[in-house]
Amino acid sequence: MLQHIENALAEKPLAAPEIAVTNVSRRLFLGSATAGLAIAAFSNPADAFVRWPVGGEQMPNGLRSEPLVFVTLYPDGSVEIVAHRAEMGQGARTSLPMVIADEMGADWDKVSLTQAEGNEPKYGNQDTDGSRSMRHHLQTMRQIGASIRHMLVQAAAQTWEVDASTINVGVHELSSGDKTAGFGEMAAAAMAQPVPEFEALDFKDPSEFRYIGKGNVAIYDLHDITTGKAIYGADVMLPGMKVAAIARPPVVGGTATAHDAAGALATPGVESVVELPYSNIPAKFAPLGGIAVIASNTDAAIKGRDALEVTWDAGPHGGYNAEPYLAEMRETAKAKGNVLRAEGDADAALASASRTFAREYTQAHMAHAKMEPPVAVAHVSGGKAEIWAPVQSPYGARADIAAALGMDIADVQVNVTLLGGAFGRKSKCDFAIEAALLSREVGAPVKVQWTREDDIRHSFYHTASVERLEVALDDNDKVTGMRFNSVAPSILSTFAPDSGHQFFIESGMGHVDMPFEVPNLSIENGKAMAHTRIGWFRAVSNIPRAWAVQSFASELAHELGRDEKEMLLELIGSDRKLDPAAQGFPEDFWNYGEDYATFPIDTVRLKNVLNLAAEKGGWGQDLPEGEGMGLAVHRSFVTYVGTLARVKVVDGLITVPEVHMAVDCGFAVNPERIRSQMEGAAVQGMTIALFSGVTHTDGAVDQSNYHDYQMVRADNFPRKVHTHIVEHGFDVPPSGVGEPGVPPVAPAIANAVFNATGKRMRDLPMGDVIDT
Amino acid sequence: MTTLKVNGESRSIDGPEDMTLLWALRDMVGLTGTKYGCGAGLCGACTVHVDGVALRACQATVAEVAGKEVTTIEGLSPDGNHPVQVAWREINVPQCGFCQAGQIMQAASLINEKPDISDQEILDGMAGNICRCGCYERIVAAVRTAASGS
Repeated sequence: MLQHIENALAEKPLAAPEIAVTNVSRRLFLGSATAGLAIAAFSNPADAFVRWPVGGEQMPNGLRSEPLVFVTLYPDGSVEIVAHRAEMGQGARTSLPMVIADEMGADWDKVSLTQAEGNEPKYGNQDTDGSRSMRHHLQTMRQIGASIRHMLVQAAAQTWEVDASTINVGVHELSSGDKTAGFGEMAAAAMAQPVPEFEALDFKDPSEFRYIGKGNVAIYDLHDITTGKAIYGADVMLPGMKVAAIARPPVVGGTATAHDAAGALATPGVESVVELPYSNIPAKFAPLGGIAVIASNTDAAIKGRDALEVTWDAGPHGGYNAEPYLAEMRETAKAKGNVLRAEGDADAALASASRTFAREYTQAHMAHAKMEPPVAVAHVSGGKAEIWAPVQSPYGARADIAAALGMDIADVQVNVTLLGGAFGRKSKCDFAIEAALLSREVGAPVKVQWTREDDIRHSFYHTASVERLEVALDDNDKVTGMRFNSVAPSILSTFAPDSGHQFFIESGMGHVDMPFEVPNLSIENGKAMAHTRIGWFRAVSNIPRAWAVQSFASELAHELGRDEKEMLLELIGSDRKLDPAAQGFPEDFWNYGEDYATFPIDTVRLKNVLNLAAEKGGWGQDLPEGEGMGLAVHRSFVTYVGTLARVKVVDGLITVPEVHMAVDCGFAVNPERIRSQMEGAAVQGMTIALFSGVTHTDGAVDQSNYHDYQMVRADNFPRKVHTHIVEHGFDVPPSGVGEPGVPPVAPAIANAVFNATGKRMRDLPMGDVIDT
Repeated sequence: MTTLKVNGESRSIDGPEDMTLLWALRDMVGLTGTKYGCGAGLCGACTVHVDGVALRACQATVAEVAGKEVTTIEGLSPDGNHPVQVAWREINVPQCGFCQAGQIMQAASLINEKPDISDQEILDGMAGNICRCGCYERIVAAVRTAASGS
């Protein structure tokens, strides 16, 4: 996300590579990128590994395939593999090294992982978001594994003075005739081998995979997590470390006009009080500023912070109030917006319609509320800075911290801990910059600990939105035209002066790529200025778009007396891959950074996951009074997810006994973690549907902790989530699953609530209790 | 100075008596398995056992637990193989893992108090522990497995 934004700001075409072609894989990818699926054929690499272009090549610092950067072999047979992507619960830390291990022939039990520091020139792109880890890095992980296997074989051939073709690679061992050796015996010789060219590599046939596609590898940190040994950001302790808690301006762009630190300084353990410089949007990830209380321990820092008396000036955003802002967006959505995509003449179709049908759907801001609030440790000393933090983009954080400190990036090191959840919040490294600034100020290592209140009140919020859909119907109730106007403050306002309009990344998330087959279509964006820090939240703009489009399809079906599934299938229309050029897509249409021919919008796959969820969930069956089913389907991050939710309203309380998640993510590399992501998406989707609303009064956030910003809990969650993974061979490129499960859940629940109660919910969050 | 008994060992806390148990355990004793999630008793990430019963460590002071047996995730089982921990691993419960120590401590207390626990009692008993990743189905299954096996 971030790096795409920076490209946009620099007005660089996304297709333009940013660094010189430096390795074989890059050259091959670029060669095939414009040719789409017409992949270059190689005579030597196994047919099992036909490459496809991925957007990772266009990311800053691209992809790396140097085997010895990622893998170290030891004489005792152990294998160390570098995990270069951040782990926030999605499983990338396990799944990518698992691919290397499988391809090289390693026994997973002999593998240890090392988490990479932020160093993209060495490891390639590390910006862990956009559901990209597996989508972008699968092929290079395989190349690394195959390279190591090749080097082991060459080492054994030389040692045994036999032809390499006679050597068989078993599980963690090599053999030729009556000679056998473990990987450890060949470790030193293998690592001294020249690194093979891609063309020299043999790749496993998918039938030979032991871990890839199997789902038989537990997450690497499982034992440490269950015994309390896993290290997250707050668990980093350094000798002489101080702890800081910060009173930040309640309103973005606000400043402290006065503060009395006496109470703070009187708190046992508090050592000093430091004022940090203030910022206002657009300030990228610059900290908000405020008054920091430095203490010997966290308890003292928080109590000292709470004892501060601060007089705040709200600044230019003190007039931000949720209700009038939403009302204004509703009005904006009714008028014609900037047309982003036009097919035919929607205005004429609506003007000449037998009748029209329009609905508005809204969503409040959301905070990520991951269980681990922002936290970071920094030690700035002797012209160098070392940071330990749970950050999604450690190299981006390194650059931002270096800039904030006025240091060269070479003098800054960012070490990545486990992330106790992230959901996009930890892409923004304001908390790590705070730690760095304070460490420099006090001349000691400093941990900045955010409280939950800090987290809810000082987020980079998911946008608030109004989505308005209107269709033209003819005398036969056939849809002859459609307007889809999306109004929401843009993420871009965090980075650049605000135009009030969304940019191509937001528009690419379920808006201009809306797949309905309607002859006259106008996709529009109305203006909304940002008054808080807008950021990305897991699945981003796909959430309000799926909410609107999938709710609308259900409403239209009821309006026309149609079955909802049949209506939705009819709206999606014929079997086809959408043709962006022929269908009026904007020139800057963003396909999640992917080559369109490789990852097209395929209505066959879209309809298939809808049908699969419907079939598995028993769509159409009679249900008892107070129960209902709802459907939704959405493509995001080039993955397709269909959801069927079954809702049971018990004394007005919305419960969700069952959810079916049908997911098509291409070849399923780690089905076990795909299932866990779908289960988690069902839960988070229910939280979004019922509870997730951040509102502002006079510029300040009204919510503060889990009592007024609630989460779904064990006493009312989707009790049974059935995940149905569409099976594909290795010829269908994998796509990610971290985000795509989320968007269809809220509309599926709302559609089910309607079918259970007759109550139509159009505003997120809808609350967990319904008047019946 | 307050003396605590943590995981069977006597530990001196060099700080005020009203120091929050959570931060005393983390910052003073150095046991970081117990997590901060909300500071208000709303999420359960800081759950420890005091005399064998689940307690939110963010809601207690060191003075309140002085002389009592405090058990953290690190002390739940000498080899990390408490039935709840074993069940957690069998079922691959965690995603990010941050809330899991609190979940496990809550679950261990729950089934210790009520070995023949019902499904509804598991749901109610675990409702104070938030998992933002949404591992609830597996959490409930793991508690059931641990209860059945113990």
